[in-house]
Amino acid sequence: MHEYSLVSALLDRVEKEARARHALAVHRVTVRIGSLAGVEPDLLRSAFSLVREGTVCGAAELDVEPVEARWACGGCERPIAAGEVLRCPECDLPARLLSGDEIVLGRIEMEVP
Amino acid sequence: MCDTCGCGDPEVVSVDVHDKILAGNDRTAGHNREHLAAKGVLAVNLMGSPGSGKTAVLEATARAFAGKELLGAIAGDLETDRDAERLRAAGIPAAAITTGSACHLDAEMVHRALHRFPWEDLHYLFVENVGNLVCPAVYDLGQSASVVALSVTEGEDKPLKYPVMFRKADLVLLTKVDLLPHLDVSLAAVRDALARVMPRPALLEVSARTGQGIDRWVAWLRHRRVEMPLGVAVAAHHRRAEV
Repeated sequence: MHEYSLVSALLDRVEKEARARHALAVHRVTVRIGSLAGVEPDLLRSAFSLVREGTVCGAAELDVEPVEARWACGGCERPIAAGEVLRCPECDLPARLLSGDEIVLGRIEMEVP
Repeated sequence: MCDTCGCGDPEVVSVDVHDKILAGNDRTAGHNREHLAAKGVLAVNLMGSPGSGKTAVLEATARAFAGKELLGAIAGDLETDRDAERLRAAGIPAAAITTGSACHLDAEMVHRALHRFPWEDLHYLFVENVGNLVCPAVYDLGQSASVVALSVTEGEDKPLKYPVMFRKADLVLLTKVDLLPHLDVSLAAVRDALARVMPRPALLEVSARTGQGIDRWVAWLRHRRVEMPLGVAVAAHHRRAEV
């Protein structure tokens, strides 16, 4: 249940941005979470709805944009499907993760004076 | 103010950030890593399920090094400091981090522990993470090597169920292999599962009880330490001051 500590780091970051712009309120926070990030979107949402109380995000919605894991050969860049052996059958090189480990704050929608 | 008509009402703006949520943890981890590397200390983040044999492997590691090189440990535990006590009894100076309800260690906890633990003269620092195959994988601590202990009794498909943890591992220690004659566990199936989640699968079969494979684990550690890039402590300090 590290989702609570993630949300607390997220709220700190959002508050910093909101303060810098003298925001009156935050309406929406968009995060991108990779399928290999080790974060459960549902747990993240429920943690957010609890921890946001009393912060500038008190009425904010959390949008979670999922990012699929994509692997490719580190040499020839041929795609390697998730679940396959992570080694290129042609080059015999290890696969490289192109996307899917993101834990990223994307956008903040905020009300500014 | 609303730019469209100048009415003075608040407006809603969308601000693009595109920043890692754990950027703060990553900065502290980088700081830990540079300090440790600058002193030539190989820091190992040892992860695994509760009961996978993390502490037993470290006890066997201390026996194998037999005092020739200096080992130290930081042990994360939910409620007790029993693991740290076991390590001290085995001759490894150890500090405990009692995490309470936190299911993982983070870089700041390790940083604080390093402030009250004499680590500068060590050759190896083992950070025994909280027993958990999910959360510890998310937090960089500043280690130079990530090692996962997987016991033979946990099932061949464990890597497929917890791909996040195994993807980031530099080495998997298959522990308790002395139990294999009593189990229907296929090593080939374990290796196949690892190859589907670890781009560079590395597995050592060990038994803390019989000592099997511990020599190869110690050789692996020595090799990693020789290969470790040296950091610059001064640069690490400057970056931390800016945070």
